[in-house]
Amino acid sequence: MSFLDVTVSIGFAMLSLSLVLAFIRLVRGPSLSDRVVALDFIGALAVSFIALYTVSSRNAVYLDAAVVIALIAFLGTVAFARYVEWQKEV
Amino acid sequence: MTDIMIGVLILLGSFFVFVAGFGLLRMPDLYIRMHAATKAGTLGIGFTVAAVAVFFGTLHTVVIALAIFFFFLLTAPVGAHILGRASYVSGVKPWEKTLRDDLAGCYDVNTHQLSNDPEEKQRQTLTG
Repeated sequence: MSFLDVTVSIGFAMLSLSLVLAFIRLVRGPSLSDRVVALDFIGALAVSFIALYTVSSRNAVYLDAAVVIALIAFLGTVAFARYVEWQKEV
Repeated sequence: MTDIMIGVLILLGSFFVFVAGFGLLRMPDLYIRMHAATKAGTLGIGFTVAAVAVFFGTLHTVVIALAIFFFFLLTAPVGAHILGRASYVSGVKPWEKTLRDDLAGCYDVNTHQLSNDPEEKQRQTLTG
């Protein structure tokens, strides 16, 4: 097991831990906006995961999926922001 | 040598993404959480994507890696600003230890228009 494999494993572990923290915020989040921020961050985490997986599988094809996820995450945030801004008080 | 460089980039990137996740959980209010997730997250993604670019080293990968990084650099502040404005307008309160809130009373409740007329602001603080 080379140095690179060890660092990739540590990176995967830290990203997974970070996903757990973001998920706790997604479940607990007192307001809707907190949940949207957590979802946006999970999208960023997915891009990071794919970048690490590209290194660990030595196959550059997966990087295209990261571009798409980056795009979709931004569009989702904008759509949710519009919804947050114009929702009626319940 | 290249392996060590890639490893360090991966460790730095995942560390900053972890810091972003930790801040997302631990920070006291929405706006500070947003700041943690946006800035540290963008830096972490920059490092991991740079590791990919160094690992493959072909033109195709480097261009895609740069595209991902610059896309995040452009959209993260825009998205955070849109969401922060929407949350402020919809009434998410800042932390109680916040020292000043320059936007207080500047947003029209019904039209969500921002007005920064100082006289109008003063009148609002005097009457309200």
